[in-house]
Amino acid sequence: MAEIIIKQVAKSFGTFQALHSIDMTIRDREFMVLLGASGCGKTTLLRIIAGLETPSQGEVWIGGRRVDHLPPRERGIAMVFQNYAVFPHLTVFENIAFGLRMKKLPQQEIDKRVNRTAELMHIEQLLKRYSGQLSGGQRQRVAVARALAMEPDVILMDEPLSNLDALLRLEMRAELKGVLAESKSTAIYVTHDQVEAMSLADRISVMNGGKIVQNASPVEIYRDPAARFVGSFIGNPPMNFIKANRQDIGRWRVAGLDLYGPSHGASSLEFAIRPEDLTIGEGGFIATARVVEPLGAHTLVTCEVDGKPFRAVLDSDLKVAPGDVLTLIPKPDRIRWFDPETLLAV
Amino acid sequence: MSTLAPTDEPRAVGDTRRAGRWVFITATVMLMAWVLVPIYLLFVNTLSSPSEVSGFPKTGLPSFDFASVEFFLSFSGVARALWNSVVVAVLTMVLSIGIGAPAGYALSRFDFPGKEVFRMVVVMTRAFPLPLLALPLAVMFIRVGLDDTALGLAFVHTVLALPFAVLITFSLFSGIPIELEEAAWTLGCNRLQAFIKVVMPLILPGLVASAVFAFTISWNEVFAAAVLTIENRTLTAFLVQSLNVSPLHLKFAGGTALVVPALIFIFAVRKYLFAMWGIANR
Repeated sequence: MAEIIIKQVAKSFGTFQALHSIDMTIRDREFMVLLGASGCGKTTLLRIIAGLETPSQGEVWIGGRRVDHLPPRERGIAMVFQNYAVFPHLTVFENIAFGLRMKKLPQQEIDKRVNRTAELMHIEQLLKRYSGQLSGGQRQRVAVARALAMEPDVILMDEPLSNLDALLRLEMRAELKGVLAESKSTAIYVTHDQVEAMSLADRISVMNGGKIVQNASPVEIYRDPAARFVGSFIGNPPMNFIKANRQDIGRWRVAGLDLYGPSHGASSLEFAIRPEDLTIGEGGFIATARVVEPLGAHTLVTCEVDGKPFRAVLDSDLKVAPGDVLTLIPKPDRIRWFDPETLLAV
Repeated sequence: MSTLAPTDEPRAVGDTRRAGRWVFITATVMLMAWVLVPIYLLFVNTLSSPSEVSGFPKTGLPSFDFASVEFFLSFSGVARALWNSVVVAVLTMVLSIGIGAPAGYALSRFDFPGKEVFRMVVVMTRAFPLPLLALPLAVMFIRVGLDDTALGLAFVHTVLALPFAVLITFSLFSGIPIELEEAAWTLGCNRLQAFIKVVMPLILPGLVASAVFAFTISWNEVFAAAVLTIENRTLTAFLVQSLNVSPLHLKFAGGTALVVPALIFIFAVRKYLFAMWGIANR
């Protein structure tokens, strides 16, 4: 059992507040992704869990044990670093065996575990090589194998795929997901890549400015962003936002359309819709197409609605040229509303 | 424009580049001659017979006569002085790495108040001329009983070698990514184990180089050695004292005995000394 509980963890570097009182629970064997732009504090949080950074306040519990005062080696964790951190003076075998030797396991057990994890990561033919003789992707595999061989309660990954090229990243992503699902470890994975986060996570914590903005399953994060930031950060292209003025209780005027919305007291809200939740039809937003980008399966059309850019992902059969005027109907069940004051969902 | 002097013809880029090359080559040759000619003369005269050394005309070529060398080596006191030099240099080496490497590690890994000042002050120890310090030092050493001992002299030499030890090890440690240490910590090491198992093997060649450099500084140092020792003279101090009154060929042999080890050592560690000065060719 390695449930991770983070209680009111805060961290400041001098006058800079990197983390504001974070509370979070990660269930045993869950794959949690910390997602956010660079500088949002996600790596700091990971390093606090690892014990490489001390929190300014708060508690970290792993598997029912308070660990925030313990050094990394006593926390039952293993970590995969962004730049791999494969020891250059040791062979791949010795790299993977490093932690096992520190645990003083018998040689037989070390051999067994090294060979098994090497096989799992498809590097069994590289065991005698040094890190200088490996490609970036191979080093990444060694780093993951080294962490897995420890059979840790918790495996922490700090942007492990960000130094790989696009194709390799895709391949490693799928492989990581498979390998980690098989292991008994709870995983925390830091990334700024939303696609990576969506595809790997059981649960995503979106972070911004040292706070957790939303903590939910990938689909929920995508469909029901809890805050305007999440809607604009997740999804490529991101959500469209249009200012909505109150007409009556529960009725809002959005770029010339009258829509049913929440019975909210504010005089204005923000209407939000994902680009793929728009269809062409009668009685929608009047949109002037500006840029048309055929992407194969879909066509991305950047239009202008109410003088603001507005993106729609439309069927690629549709013939649209720049300058065309379209009427775009939002799917009613996909419309979301945000309070412009609090920036939270209504 | 018509106001330009008519003789100021534009020149091809190749011309100026060629001129630059000449300046570069001349400067290089002069610099090399400045260093190499005295060393060459030293060798020639050491390997010539005494009569050739003081005779005229010179051939400029060594006759490979080892009489001066043999005489020098059998000269009373040389062997002892040589031994003293080695002892002091080894002590200096151990002390300056023992003190300098932790300082270099701290400078590279930790942020602490006064870090920049500390770096300046470390180099500042070389700003005070040794003659200025020699007399108070000698008085102090006599009081505490360190005068005329290898350890006392090694202390002074350590002060001279320390700035280099700190700066070289600082650049060595800075070349090791902190993530390697952090990875070792997460894999079950404490700070010391991570240092021994991961950092040490990686910096060892550089550390040896910086140790050898400290050795050379002590080996070559003459002023403090001459002032602070009487009975237990190091080779430099011994030669300064006795060669003044020796025949010319002996002076050459003594000079060579001093230069050769230093040259070999510096040549062996040149790569790391370059690295220290930021002209890294690693």
